[in-house]
Amino acid sequence: MLTYILILMVFALALLGFWLGKRKVNLAATSLHSLPLHYASYVLLMTILPASLTLAIWSLAAPWLLHDQSLTLSNTNNALAQKDTALKSTVVIIVAVLSLFFAMQKVSPEFQARNVVEKFILAALMICAALAVLTTVGIVVSMVFETAHFLNLHSWKDFFFGLDWSPNFHGDSALSILPLLWGTLYISCVALLVAVPVGLLSAIYLSEYASSYIRFIAKPLLEVLAGIPTIVYGLFALLTFGPFLRDLFGPVGFFAVGWMSDTRSVATAGIVMGIMLIPFVSSLSDDIINAVPQSLRDGSFGLGATQSETIKHVLLPAALPGIVGAILLAASRAIGETMIVVLGAGAIARFTGNPLEALTTVTTRIVSQLTGDGDFNSPETLVAFALGLTLFALTLGLNIFALYYVRKYREQYE
Amino acid sequence: MNEKIISHEELAMTSQTIKISARHVDVHYDKTHAIRGVSAEIPSNSVTAFIGPSGCGKSTFLRCLNRMNDTIKNCQVSGDILLDGEDIYDPKVDPVQLRAKVGMVFQKPNPFPKSIYDNVAYGPRIHGLARDKSDLDGIVEQALRRAAIWEEAKDRLSAPGTGLSGGQQQRVCIARAIATAPEVLLMDEPCSALDPIATAQIEELIDELRQNYAVVIVTHSMHQAARVSQQTAFFHMGTLVEFGDTKTIFTNPRDPRTESYITGRIG
Amino acid sequence: MIEPNPHKSLFVASAQNKRRATAEKRFHMLGLTAIFIALSMLAILMTTIVAKGSGAFQQSFITLDVALLEAKLDKKGTRNPDNLKKVTTFGYAPLIKAAFEQVVVARGIETDLTSKDMAAIVSKSAAAQMRDRVLNDPRLIGTTAEFKFLANSWIDGYLKGRVTRETIANNKNISIAQLDFADRLIELGIIEKSFNIQFILGADASDQRPEDAGIGVAIIGSFAMMCVVLLLALPIGVAASVYLEEFAPENRLTDFIEVNVANLAAVPSIVFGILGLAFFINMMHFPQSAPLVGGLVLTLMTLPTIIISTRAALKAVPPSIRSAALGVGASKMQTTIHHVLPLAAPGILTGTILGLAQALGETAPLLLIGMIGYVATNMPETVSQGLLSPNSAMPAQIYEWAKRADPAFYERAWGGIIILLIFLVTMNLIAVRLRRRFERRW
Repeated sequence: MLTYILILMVFALALLGFWLGKRKVNLAATSLHSLPLHYASYVLLMTILPASLTLAIWSLAAPWLLHDQSLTLSNTNNALAQKDTALKSTVVIIVAVLSLFFAMQKVSPEFQARNVVEKFILAALMICAALAVLTTVGIVVSMVFETAHFLNLHSWKDFFFGLDWSPNFHGDSALSILPLLWGTLYISCVALLVAVPVGLLSAIYLSEYASSYIRFIAKPLLEVLAGIPTIVYGLFALLTFGPFLRDLFGPVGFFAVGWMSDTRSVATAGIVMGIMLIPFVSSLSDDIINAVPQSLRDGSFGLGATQSETIKHVLLPAALPGIVGAILLAASRAIGETMIVVLGAGAIARFTGNPLEALTTVTTRIVSQLTGDGDFNSPETLVAFALGLTLFALTLGLNIFALYYVRKYREQYE
Repeated sequence: MNEKIISHEELAMTSQTIKISARHVDVHYDKTHAIRGVSAEIPSNSVTAFIGPSGCGKSTFLRCLNRMNDTIKNCQVSGDILLDGEDIYDPKVDPVQLRAKVGMVFQKPNPFPKSIYDNVAYGPRIHGLARDKSDLDGIVEQALRRAAIWEEAKDRLSAPGTGLSGGQQQRVCIARAIATAPEVLLMDEPCSALDPIATAQIEELIDELRQNYAVVIVTHSMHQAARVSQQTAFFHMGTLVEFGDTKTIFTNPRDPRTESYITGRIG
Repeated sequence: MIEPNPHKSLFVASAQNKRRATAEKRFHMLGLTAIFIALSMLAILMTTIVAKGSGAFQQSFITLDVALLEAKLDKKGTRNPDNLKKVTTFGYAPLIKAAFEQVVVARGIETDLTSKDMAAIVSKSAAAQMRDRVLNDPRLIGTTAEFKFLANSWIDGYLKGRVTRETIANNKNISIAQLDFADRLIELGIIEKSFNIQFILGADASDQRPEDAGIGVAIIGSFAMMCVVLLLALPIGVAASVYLEEFAPENRLTDFIEVNVANLAAVPSIVFGILGLAFFINMMHFPQSAPLVGGLVLTLMTLPTIIISTRAALKAVPPSIRSAALGVGASKMQTTIHHVLPLAAPGILTGTILGLAQALGETAPLLLIGMIGYVATNMPETVSQGLLSPNSAMPAQIYEWAKRADPAFYERAWGGIIILLIFLVTMNLIAVRLRRRFERRW
C-alpha cells in the first residue's frame, strides 16, 4: 500500500493508544504520579516511534540492499517493489500493535509517565539542536566528497596555483581558482570602499548627531534597503547602473573615453554590491558605537572637546575592534554574494586592473558550471564543488577571525 | 525664598574673589522642576562643597556650571551663571571654550582606552596649548605631579590608562582635567567609587589643588565636606537651603533643615 | 605651561577655536552626506523599479471578430470533442488572417500588407487561445465570436515606447508597414492597452512570446516552498532554541552547537544550493526542480536565523516567571511549555516572518537545484504535484527573464520584482504590527 496510507494507519493506532491509555488511568483507583495526559502521550509515543523507525530504516535500506535504485518514494510499479511494500507494511503494522500492547502494560498509577515523556521531548529537542551541526557536516562532507572526485581528474597544483580559467569540452580545460579569486577580491574591495565610509558615517551621524525626528525616518528606510533581495540589486546593476556607467565611460557618451566596452564590469557589480552592504555596515557599526560607555563621551566633553573630536579621538578608537570585525563580516558577505555578480560582473576570467572591465568571480563560476549542459562527472562540472569548498573555507575563516579579533582587542580596552 | 547667599560684606572679610556667580538658576527636565531658583557665589582658590540627600539636585546644579547639561536632551536651564563676570549661557559662548576653563572629574573614573600620556595630553592637544612635543611633555608632567601621581606613572606613561587601580585612575582623570589649564575644577562625587585609602589620597590632593583652582566638590559624605571644604552649600529638593562657611554650617546651621540633615534625621 | 590665564574672555574666539568649529561643521556635513547618499540610492532604486516594471501590468490587446468557420474546425459537423481536438493550432491560424481581411474592408483601412503580415502582429499564442475557447464551448463553431488577443511583443513595445521606427531598422520580426497598420488600428480602438491579469496569474512563456509570460505559476512555486519552510523550520528552530536556551548544559558540546549556528547564519547562500544539489538531488534522488527540494534547502538556510531570533525572544522573558512556575512545583519542561513559550511567542512569530521574507527573496540556491524559469507550463493541480513537479520560484523566474536579453522580458523582470517586493513589504509590515501589538515592557 502507499506510504502515506501506512503512515496514517500507524497514526490512527497511536491515537487509539492515546485514548486507551487515558481511559486506563482515569479508571484507576489510586492517585496518579503524573497527569492522565502524560500516560496517554506515553502510549502514543511508544506506538509511533518504533513503527516509524522501522519504516524509515526499511525504506532507506531496501534500495541499497536489493541494489535497486528504483524503489524510491514515487515508484511502485514493478513486482519486486510491490512485494517489498506489502512486506514492509505488514511488519510496520505488527511492530506498532506490539509496541502499543507493551506500552499499555506499563501504564499504571505508579508509573512515572511524566518523567519518561519529558525525557522523550528533551531528546527530540536535542536532535533538533544537533541538526545545526548536521547541516554543517552535510555541507562539508558533500563538498569534500565531490572535490576529491574532482581532484582525481584534475591536478590540484593547477587548481590552486595555475593562472588560467578556460573550460572547454576537449578534456584539457584550464581550471584554476586564482583568476576567479582575483575577481572576487577586487569586486569585494570596491564594494567595501563604498559601503564602509557611507555605512560608518551614517551610523555615526544617526547615533551622535541626528535629531530623533531624522532618526525616526532614516532608520526604517535603511532597514528597507537591507531587506531588498539581491536579485533586485543584480537586475539594477545589469539594466540600469551598467548602462549608466557605459554612457559615462564608454566609447560614446559623456566622457567618451572608451574605457568601458560592456555594461558588466567590476565597477558595475562592485558599486551596486557596496550599496547593498551599506545598511549591513551601518547597523553593525551602530551597535558597536552604542556599546561605547557614555562615561567616555562625558569625559571627553568635560575636557572641552567638540563632538567631532570626541568621535575621532575617543569613540572610534574605543570602537575600533568592533568596527574592524564589522568590516570583516561585510567582506565575508561580499565574497559570498552571487546574484549581483552573476548579473553585473560578467563571465571573463583574467587578471585585469581596470575596474571598468568585466571580470568573473568564484560564485559566478559555481553557478555557470553547475547549470551548464556538461556531464556531471566531468572535471568542468565537478570543479564547482572545489570552488564551493574554497568559498566556504574562506568565509568561515573570515567569520571566525572577525569573532576572535573583536574578542581579543575588546578585552584590552575594558 | 529660602535661599541664602553670602553677602558681599562677608565675602570681603575673607578677601577672596568670586569666580562663579549663579543667580536664580532653574533647571527643568521635561516636566520635572529639578533646580528651583538657586543663587550661589563660588570663590576662587578655595574648596566649595555641595551636600544634600540623594536626588536633591546638587549634581544637576554642578553640571550647569560647565554646561554639561547641554548634552542631555530636554533639559532647560534658565537664570544667570557668570564666570569672571561673563554669562556662560550667552548664545555667543561656545561650550567647548567654556569647558577648557571649567574642568570636570566624574564619579566613576573614566580614563580613555589610551596610554596614560595620551589621556593627559588629550586636552592640551585639542585646545592647542602646546607648541611642540617637549612643551607637551612638560604639561603632562606638571599635571601628573599636581595630581600626585607622577612618581607612580612616570615609568609607565605608555601603559593603558585602564590598567591602573581605581584610585590611580581617578588621579589620572584629575591630571587630565588639570592639563587644560582650567580655572575651576568641578568634581562630582570623585571618591564614591574608591576605597578608603584612595579616598584619603584624593582628599589630600584636593587640599593642594585649591592653591591654583576654584574647586567645587559634590559629595554625599558630610564628613568629607567637613574635612575638605571651606564653604559648604546644602541642597534639598532642588533648592539651595543654606550656603556658608563650612565650620558654621556644621556647628551652627541657621536653617532647621540643614540641622536635620547634618544630625542624620533626614537624608 | 598650564597656569590659567584669567583674563581670557569667553566671548572672544581664538583662531584655534574658529578652526575647530569649522572642522566640527565639516564633520557634521560629512555625516549628513552619508545618510543622504544612502537614502537617495534607495529612492533611485524604488523609482527605477516602479518606472520600469509598471509597464508589465499593462498589455496591448487586439480585439477582433473571428468567424469560426465550421468548414475549418469541424468538418464532420458532429461537434465530437475527439474530432475537435484533432484540429491543431495550425488549423486556427487562417481564421485570424481572415478576420484581419474582414476588418480592413469593414473599417476602410488602407494598407499594403498581406494578410499573413497582418496576422503576424498578433501574439503567437492567439491560435492556442482560440482553440482552448472553442474546445471549452463547441457551440461557438459556426458563429462569429469576439476575441481579445495579445498583440505581439513588438507591437506592445511600440505602444509602450520601447520600439520606435528607428530601432527596428534591421529587425526581421517587425516592419515599418506593420507599425503604420498598427497606428490605424490604434486610432480605431482595435488595439489598446489594458490591465493584464495574465501577468500575475499566468505561466511563463517561451522566448518568442514575452507578451504571454506570467509569474503566476512561479508564485505558486514560491508559496509551496514557503509552506515547507514554515512547517519545518519553525518547529525545528523553536525546538533547537528551547534546548539551547533552557536545557543545554554549559559544556563544550553546547558551545560547539552554538558556534555552528552562528557560522551557518553567515554562510553564503550558494553553499546551501550546493548542499541541496549534492545531498537532496544526487544522493537522495528527490525530483529535480521540485519546490519540495527548494523548500528543504531554504529550511536549512532559514533555521539559523529563526534560532537566533527565537533565542532572543526566550531571553527576553524574565527569569522571575520561570522561578515562579518552578516555585509552584512545575517541572522545567512544563515551565517552558506553559509559561515561557507563550510569552515569547510574539517575538518568535515576528522572527519567523522575517526569516520567511528573507527566504522568499533568495535566488542562488534555487538556480543550482534547477528551479529556473519556464519549467512549468500549467498551474499544479494537486498538493503533491505542487510540491513534487518541476516549478520555478519568483526570484528565479525574474532571473530567467533577465537572462533572455530581450527588452520585452526585461519589462517582465521589473514587473516581477514589483510583485516580489509587494509580498516582502506585506510580510514585513505584518511582522512589525505583530511586534508592536504584543510588545511587553517587563
